[in-house]
Amino acid sequence: MTVNEVQDKIISEFSVFDDWMDKYDLLIDTGKNLPLIDPRYKTKDFLIEGCQSKVWLHPEFDGKKIKFSADSDAIITRGIVALLIQVLSDRTPEEIINSDLYFIDKIGLRQNLSPTRANGLLAMVRQMKLYAMAFAARRNEHKSSDIDKTETGK
Amino acid sequence: MKDISEIRSDFPILGRQVYGKPLIYFDNGATTQKPKCVIDTYSRIFTEFNGNVHRGVHAMSDLTSEAYENAREKVRSFINATKKEEIIFTSGTTDSINCVAFSFGERFVKPGDEIIISELEHHSNIVPWQMMCQRKGAVLKIIPIDDNGEICFDEFLKLLTPRTRLVAISQASNSLGTVVPVKKITDAAHSENIPVLVDGAQGIQHGIVDVQELQCDFYAFSGHKIYGPTGIGVLYGKEEWMNELPPYRGGGDMVEKVTFEKTTYQNLPYKFEAGTVNYAGAIAMAEALDYVLGLGREDIAEREKTLLDYATRQLISVKGLKIYGNAENKIPVVSFLLDGIHQYDTGIILDKMGIAVRTGTHCAQPVMDHFGIDGTVRVSMSFYNTFSEIDTLVEGLGKVIAMFKK
Repeated sequence: MTVNEVQDKIISEFSVFDDWMDKYDLLIDTGKNLPLIDPRYKTKDFLIEGCQSKVWLHPEFDGKKIKFSADSDAIITRGIVALLIQVLSDRTPEEIINSDLYFIDKIGLRQNLSPTRANGLLAMVRQMKLYAMAFAARRNEHKSSDIDKTETGK
Repeated sequence: MKDISEIRSDFPILGRQVYGKPLIYFDNGATTQKPKCVIDTYSRIFTEFNGNVHRGVHAMSDLTSEAYENAREKVRSFINATKKEEIIFTSGTTDSINCVAFSFGERFVKPGDEIIISELEHHSNIVPWQMMCQRKGAVLKIIPIDDNGEICFDEFLKLLTPRTRLVAISQASNSLGTVVPVKKITDAAHSENIPVLVDGAQGIQHGIVDVQELQCDFYAFSGHKIYGPTGIGVLYGKEEWMNELPPYRGGGDMVEKVTFEKTTYQNLPYKFEAGTVNYAGAIAMAEALDYVLGLGREDIAEREKTLLDYATRQLISVKGLKIYGNAENKIPVVSFLLDGIHQYDTGIILDKMGIAVRTGTHCAQPVMDHFGIDGTVRVSMSFYNTFSEIDTLVEGLGKVIAMFKK
């Protein structure tokens, strides 16, 4: 599924519920499927600043795609990270960098979940995009050094 | 005291709903709601007599200046200061404390001198002193608290040395609710000729404050925490100190004569009121003080004590709930955590039930460090809260537990 297909799926799942409590129940359940971060990465280096609850996010890049794992000490925040990971994990850096995350507004996350400092939703998105940019840059460096090698080889 | 429903109808916002549920406002420690008389006064200033104070020869400036100076007199009488000149309007408690930290530091603090604060201070009564100590090479000393959230008075006495220049202490803790024995602290400090600043941000709205009785040298509070508008506050300072302190900010209205070679300053209180002051805020705040006097400060304190006792009793009955801050004497604040549930999760779900609480460190990280936690849920009440709102909160916590303990 593309980034937008996953977003549309999430929007339709949340639209079933009118009551906010049900939406939160769904969010809590979503959090249970979060790909958990390896405990050894639960360090200051992987902590996202600007959240009232703690969020650790770890990226892994296999040269093509980035996979994220994460955790939070608050359950609702865990649900939010899990949604972001559903949308942005296992993607190429470009897919992540160019993604337009409209699902956040559509399911009401922005108004209803995010006095932005409190859950750091925007900080999480920014961090994911920063990782994507860093990996893309590193990959492109590798590519160009490969080309250099071939050229020298001639 | 007026009937509770009558009191509540004085506050237009208390009639509104959030997410389709009646608003239950338990975040009064952060800011209080405003009675209609304050809102009306604020709007009347701009519809009936707006002009810049102390400047114009015209009627509008005269009317505004008169109302502004009347506001100063009302504040003086509210805290029972000796002189009107001892009342400085600032933008709030933070501004008041920064003013003293700067001006007092410039005039009286030398390298190696000491300033005493306590472990339960709000960041606004920590950071200005840290900045001043850094600038002056002075040392910040901290009075510890015990596990009930009470100041360790004996430890405080030990901290008083010949190098102590000032003690800055909260009247009440915003995060734990502890009422601090400021009179006792002031007496002890004064016996060593050390001045005391009292941060009244969480004290002024909960009972009678009499600066002559407290004998404190400086007292700071914010208008918005006592049912007035935001952006206005007060610094009370004893005349003998305030005359000694250099101005904190320069600008218009605070000067007597300006030449490029030398400027002489106005007398108190204007020396500390540079630029166009928030006269609208001051006038509307005075209206709020009148409203509080109308209800009766003793009655307010009594009603809030009843609310605090009831809330404490009901909350303790919630399974797995732990209260932080069990001082003998408290303002109507209950800080707590539910076992195994993050304060943020609790706060978000309560919000969806229309219940506004504060979660997090409450700008008092050292207090959280003392208890080894990274935040609490804080219920801070006002006289306009009701027992049934407390019941709804307790029911809400039941739902929170059910949601997160599945």
